[in-house]
Amino acid sequence: MSLKPPPHRERVLASGFGRASASAATTAAVSSPDHLDELIALAATTSGRALARGLGRAYGDAAQCAGGLLLDCRPLDQILEMDPARGVVRVQAGCSLRALLREIVPAGWFLPVTPGTAEVTIGGAIAADVHGKNHHRDGTFSAFVDALVLHTPTGRRNLTATDSPEQFFATVAGMGLTGVISQATVRLAPITTSKMVVETRRGADLEATMEMLERADASHHYSVAWVDGVARGRSLGRSVITLGEHAGVEDLAPPQRTRPLVPARSRSLPVPPLLPRLITAPLISAFNEAYFRRAPRRAKREVLDYPPYFYPLDALSDWNRLYGRRGFLQYQYVVPDERADVVRLVFERLIAAGQHPSLVVLKRFGPAGAAPLSFPRPGWTVAIDLAAGTENLAETLDRLDELVAAANGRVYFAKDGRLRPELVAAMYPELGRWQTTRNELDPEGLFVSDLARRLKLVAWEP
Amino acid sequence: MNDATGMPASAVVLGGDSELAAAVLAKLAKRRLERVVLAGRNEQGLARRCSELSALGVGQVNAVHFDATDHQRHDALASEIASELGDIDLVVMATGALERRGIDELTSAEVAQSIDTNFTGPAAALLGFARVLRSQGHGTLVVFSSLAAVRVRRANFVYGSAKAGLDGFCQGLQDELEHAKSGVRLMIVRPGFVHTKMTTGMRPQPLATEADVVADAVVRGLETGAGAVVVPAALGPLSVLMRLVPRPLWRRLPS
Repeated sequence: MSLKPPPHRERVLASGFGRASASAATTAAVSSPDHLDELIALAATTSGRALARGLGRAYGDAAQCAGGLLLDCRPLDQILEMDPARGVVRVQAGCSLRALLREIVPAGWFLPVTPGTAEVTIGGAIAADVHGKNHHRDGTFSAFVDALVLHTPTGRRNLTATDSPEQFFATVAGMGLTGVISQATVRLAPITTSKMVVETRRGADLEATMEMLERADASHHYSVAWVDGVARGRSLGRSVITLGEHAGVEDLAPPQRTRPLVPARSRSLPVPPLLPRLITAPLISAFNEAYFRRAPRRAKREVLDYPPYFYPLDALSDWNRLYGRRGFLQYQYVVPDERADVVRLVFERLIAAGQHPSLVVLKRFGPAGAAPLSFPRPGWTVAIDLAAGTENLAETLDRLDELVAAANGRVYFAKDGRLRPELVAAMYPELGRWQTTRNELDPEGLFVSDLARRLKLVAWEP
Repeated sequence: MNDATGMPASAVVLGGDSELAAAVLAKLAKRRLERVVLAGRNEQGLARRCSELSALGVGQVNAVHFDATDHQRHDALASEIASELGDIDLVVMATGALERRGIDELTSAEVAQSIDTNFTGPAAALLGFARVLRSQGHGTLVVFSSLAAVRVRRANFVYGSAKAGLDGFCQGLQDELEHAKSGVRLMIVRPGFVHTKMTTGMRPQPLATEADVVADAVVRGLETGAGAVVVPAALGPLSVLMRLVPRPLWRRLPS
């Protein structure tokens, strides 16, 4: 049997993880940093637009480049250098968090910040400046990036926060619009075991949930609440709160203590393609009821492997297919502490509009980072999954945007597929500063995404 | 760029004076619509629609001359409009003219003219725009077909057969656009009897509806990603039934 080499370039229909909108582009697999430079030069002389794409985990259109060249960075997946003593790793941008964890966990290191899936690339994590359940303590991913290599039409640059702060922080959270990251140097966090000590408890309502999460700021490294988005009345905002710490050897059962850094193998079940929408209102209600009831009334402590704690949904690969061909949206916003009332209002308005949020996650953010387009700021963030194409959804989310913007909050570009462009400047007041740096790095405006065009993050001329 | 709820920022209407298209654009103006080109023959009508859209807050509105039967112009027009709008998120094909005259009242030239206005012309223009959208890698085509296209009736067989031709053309184009990974979608709209200028003076058919209802259905179809919508929705089952009625009965139906 002979394997045909993959075509050099190929037309693809690219969509985000939510699969709610798609656009066609040419894609090319990036085989090396030099090849990346060649492809950037090629794009500049052909379609005039290009964009890096990793594992496609942005929910909306952030990794789409209609009519342009998508630079598939997944082949750039090497771990170039690992200092097991200092816990510093130099890694290519297409390497996934899952692949990196496989190497660093046995050596006693962990990701300093991780989002709710390990199926993202290092490049994507930096471009979206992702956060995790420890944001209140540790900030975003970029806080642990010592250096990165950025490829632009005018050449390669080594960027660090100290030597080139404007360019470094425009690239961090820059959604791929300043160029293509080919590698990064990341500081890791030490662990003594691959297990987590997890404390699970119920939050009876929104007030109780928020109170517990606020208290957990000081007491726990990781905290998050799963919220029943369809519960109403006195149960509105009822939740299951999980607070976590990396387990010490003493937390493990004696048989596990001899090899504390070997996680159990995590398996993932595939979801078949072409399913109709299976996540429907009755199913959501039934699941939420069961999930809430299953959680212990009183706090319960258990030791878990790190994958089921950090990445429960990775156990079902392609779970986005459960929403059928129309796909789904995730609405993630943040509001400052003094406008915590917005959290309740948003739930109430969604319920009043007849929406059925399928998955809702609430957590607290700590201090903001230095990147102009970084999403987190101190306060409350809520991520809400909603089936796309349902009645009233578009208008309801438009009203929520206004509410969030008026509260000095913002929505997250990595999740967005439908924000009204007029609100971007209010939500991201440093947009102008970012644009100036971006235009210096990419004067011809080669790097562009569907998100950037839709939200007018960059000037656009076809 | 169409957003994840299917809402466009830019649109071109072919048959820009159409009441149905105007009703659709009025609704889209409340969402994301900010750039519009209205293409048509009736300059005064276009000018009026332009000012209506400006009044609704659409920032950039222009009118251009378009004649569906001037086939030679279609390709150039599509690229001219594309460069004017930046890129085209939505194309609404709303040309067409009802023809109810029969075998003794129509000259051969008039038959050909009607079919050109309702089928050949729109089909040719659609293909020009479909190519532009495919090279953009995104965009939506909305084509006004008709309930009359579902099965040709004695009472308006010239118009009905032309719309049936356009409807079939669009179904084939839908499949081709999907197969080619074009990133372009096409939605066929099949309204029943709508109270508009085109139907003034006619006896309303059962389940007659208003332009506003049609517009709601079109916007909803953009949101849900429907391939075809029948308006009003109650006509959906009827359109299935229409295909099943035996010919001897079908030809005896009152006009």
